[in-house]
Order: sequence, then C-alpha cells, then structure tokens
Amino acid sequence: MDGNSVVGEAAIRAGCQCYFGYPITPQNELTEYMATHLSKRKGCTFIQAESEIAAVNMVFGASLAGVRVMTSSSSPGMSLKQEGISYLASCELPSVIVDISRGGPGLGTISAAQSDYFQATKGGGHGDYRTIVLAPSSVQELADMTHRAFDLADTYRIPVIILADGVLGQMMEPVEFKHEPPERLPVRSSALRGAKGRPRRIVKTCTSNPSEMEEINWSLYRRYQLIREEETACETFLVEDAELIVVAFGIAARIARGAVKNARASGLKVGLFRPITLWPFPSNKVEELANRTKYFLDFELNMGQMLEDVQLALNGKGEVFFYGRPGGVIPTPSEVLRVISRHYYQKGLK
Amino acid sequence: MEKVYSRPKLLKRTPFHYCAGCGHSIIHRLVAEVIEEMNLQDRIVGVNSAGCSVFAYNYLDLDMAESAHGRGLAVATGLKRASPETIVFTYQGDGDLAAIGTAETIHAANRGERITAIFVNNAVYGMTGGQMAPTTLLAQQTTTTPLGRDARLEGYPIRVSEMLAMLRGVVYVERTAVDSPANIRRTKRAIRKAFQVQLDDLGFSLVEILSPCPINWKRDPLESWQWIGKEMIKEFPMGVMKDLTGQKDAD
Repeated sequence: MDGNSVVGEAAIRAGCQCYFGYPITPQNELTEYMATHLSKRKGCTFIQAESEIAAVNMVFGASLAGVRVMTSSSSPGMSLKQEGISYLASCELPSVIVDISRGGPGLGTISAAQSDYFQATKGGGHGDYRTIVLAPSSVQELADMTHRAFDLADTYRIPVIILADGVLGQMMEPVEFKHEPPERLPVRSSALRGAKGRPRRIVKTCTSNPSEMEEINWSLYRRYQLIREEETACETFLVEDAELIVVAFGIAARIARGAVKNARASGLKVGLFRPITLWPFPSNKVEELANRTKYFLDFELNMGQMLEDVQLALNGKGEVFFYGRPGGVIPTPSEVLRVISRHYYQKGLK
Repeated sequence: MEKVYSRPKLLKRTPFHYCAGCGHSIIHRLVAEVIEEMNLQDRIVGVNSAGCSVFAYNYLDLDMAESAHGRGLAVATGLKRASPETIVFTYQGDGDLAAIGTAETIHAANRGERITAIFVNNAVYGMTGGQMAPTTLLAQQTTTTPLGRDARLEGYPIRVSEMLAMLRGVVYVERTAVDSPANIRRTKRAIRKAFQVQLDDLGFSLVEILSPCPINWKRDPLESWQWIGKEMIKEFPMGVMKDLTGQKDAD
C-alpha cells in the first residue's frame, strides 16, 4: 500500500469516524481512501469540503460531538488550516491533522521537502499554543503513528499533527496493521450533543476577562509541560561511540541512516539521532549526547529549520554543522556521506 | 389570575449585554421559546458566530459552542455529521454568514446539511463598531462608507435568502423582521418551521431576520424600527423565498 492509503486504513482501525478533506497533491490517495473505505462504515462520514478552512472547521464540529476525527493536507493547504488548528488547540478538542508536505513557499512543488517544520512545531496559527508533532520515516511508522496520534489527541485533548512528506506519502512498502477496527468507540464524555440529564456545556475561546484568559493560557501551558515530560520520543542509531552524530527527521533520517551505515563501513565513527516527536523536541537527549560527542551534523530538506532547535538544545556544548537541501531534489545517501566525510576529516577525527 | 405568558426557562436570568433597542435580545428569546415549545433542549447544540452574538451562550441555557469567524456552518456540519440525532443550529450575523463565511454558507446549504441557520441581518458590523457589512444598503453611511455605500465602489447589498433559495439542498428559507409585534410573531413561526425541517430530516433551512442596530445606525430604537419598515424592507423584502416542505406554517 502507498503511505497515504496506509494512513487512511490506520485511522479507520484507530476508530476514526469522520474525515473531512480537500484535494491537494501529494496526499490525495488519503482523501480518496477515506471516500472509498470510511464512508462505507456504519455511522462514519466522509466529506470533500469546499476548502481546507471548511474541512478543519468540520473537524472542530465533529470533535465537539465527541468522536475521533481527522483531516489531511499538504503545505499550502496547511496554511489555510492554521486558523482552525488554533481554535482546536484553544478549545482543547482532540483531532488528528496529517501534513504530507511539499516544497514551498507559495504553491511550490509537489515533490518532497521538509519546509513546514516551523509551521508545524512553532504554532502556525495565532496564539500561545502547541500541537504534538510526529515525524514518521517509514510506511510502517505512518501506520503506527496514525494510531498513536489518535491516542495522544484523546489523552491530552490536543490537536496532533503527523508531519510526513510527498515521498513517504507515495512510497509503497509492506505494512502490518496491529489493530482491528473497533465496532464503535464510546462518545467522549465531554461531547456536546444536547444537555439531557446534565447541566449544559459551553465550548468557547472568547473572553473579555483578562484574568480568565490568563488562567486558560496557564492551564494550556501546564498541559504542554506534562506532554514534554511524558511524550518526547526519539531514536538513536550507532551513537555510543560516535565522533559525529547526524541529526535528521522523517525521510531525511531515512537517507541519513543509509549514509551512516556507509560511513561505518568506511571506518568512520558516525551515528544518527532522529527526533520522532518534533514537538516536544527531544532537547534533553541532544544535550545528553553532547556529553559524549562533540560534533553534530543537522541534515534537513529545508534550509535549517530544525537546526535552531538543535542549537538551542546543544546550548554551545557541541558544534553543529548544517547540510540542507531546500526541497524538491532528494539527495542520495552517498551525497550525505560526502558531507559527513568532509566535516569528519576537517575536524581531524579518525 | 392565570399566567399566560412568561420568560422561557431556556433564557437565563442574566442581563443582556446588548445595546438598548438591539434585536438580538428579542431573537434570543424567540429561539429559546421555540426550542422549549418543541422540547428540543435535551438534544440541541447551538453554534455561535463572531460578533455581538458571540456571547449568546451567556443567555441561552443550551449546549453551545463558539466557532471561528464565518465558520459556523462548517462547524455545524461536522457536529451534525458526527451525531445526526443532535439538532444543530447556527446563530450568525451578516458579516459572519455573508462575508467571511460565504463559502461555508453556500456549500453547507448546497449539501443540504440538516442544519438550521438563524441569520441576523442588521446591515452593519456591530461589535467592531459600525463598519460596512455585505448587507449594508446603498447610500447607507457606516464608518467605512462615510459617504454612503456606493455600488460602483462597494458593490450591492447581498440578498442571501434569494441566493440560497436557488440551491437545491435548501428546503426552507424565509426572511422576516423584528420591527413590529406582528413581524416578531412571524419570525417565531419561521424559526419553528426551520427547526421542523431539520426534525423531519429534509435538508437545509434558514431564517433571515432583519434586526435593528440603533447604536451603529445612529438612530434611536423607535427610529430604527421605522427604518427597517421603510428602508431595509425595500432592499430585503420579507417573505418565504423557498419552501419545499409542502406544509403550511407550524401553527
């Protein structure tokens, strides 16, 4: 199955009852998968919305009604969704948003890039809010993380973004689904469906009371701190004795892994560090690695967006080089290896 | 003595924040009365728009949610599709429903979403201080049309009800006003019928209500009522724009 369809199937198996989307390449297979497979299921709904803005606001409505709901898009469409994501975050409405990103800015190109890192991890919309951002690097991970995204969204009452890219979305790989679709999940206890037998509920963001506003923001902040403590995830590969560690996420990490293997074959002590959650960023792990390794190479398919988080995490403890390609053209592992080797030898390692 | 008329229970005993002579308080009351009479309070959710009526949840004792500016009918669509047994209504002003949310309005209506929209048209942006609305009348002065709305520069007032009546998903559209006791009664009948359309699972329904905004019209409440009757109704004629129910009014 292609990566996009895998996300759709995994969402159905996670109990996603509603999907609202708008066509944009390179994620259309996901929208089409939901049109074909989700709408067949009892009590489930698919709508091709009139816009990305409408789609994300339909997500808002379905989440109000207490069901698992998803939308997906790609870079320019994600810009349109930001208004809704800000409201979802403010109202603490669980939701899953998939960004199969492309190269930008503007309309850009439909081939892979990682140029939405800032937008996904730093907020994107207005206000002081965060979303959990997961960065898969294989089709199997697309399946696993889609399921995980729904669980995280419900646990923390937060929008969760899966940030992948055109290559992953279109890639075909064997995949194992670990869950069967549930019959029907119970409606979330906070749902708005009418006030029968209980006091009415209000879901709002607007307040003219500054202290109330401050308390809402404090409450969100405390939740974000908890997520930082509990949900930060990363993967390391051959870092124990590494003289230089490549830092990369998503599809770039996949390429970097090949480069690291080849480097090892040539006797270079190189490792890989891959953030799995881009927010919360695994800063502590970077800092810990810096106790053993002095040199880092940040590799991204953009011009250094995650680099800022790596530098912040290192806080001067290690030296970080950067290799970026602004998207569209995917470098091969051997190109990345050349960059690794250059820094490796220039620093007199060996 | 027998009590023949009283405050609907769903209208909370909270003083309105609306200006003197504003139509929202009347329309809130009508919505509360209808919901109570139709016994929908246990299964209804209201979706507010931005603007003065964003605080409608302070007065209506119902499950209610806010939506981003203009997105009420998209939010209502998601809610209704996720929970078809819930009765869903939006409460939106002209800026919300006919400017920033035009796309959401047209497409929810065209899909025939089983939603009831209460559309309050006061021909001006109220909360932000009296700027031009899509429904501002020609020659009407607002803070952003200080010389009066000029069709050549600002286009024409949008006739939402007529426009929506052309869409096949729309089952019932009526334009009413709250400028006289007779029209207030008429508005209540229309709201009741619009909810009935949803209960009967027929399609999209909308009631457009011409409503005074004395502060931003710079008229006193009485003059505002008169202005609706004399001027506004010329641009926005009252009446049923579309009714596919084949039924007479609910009462």
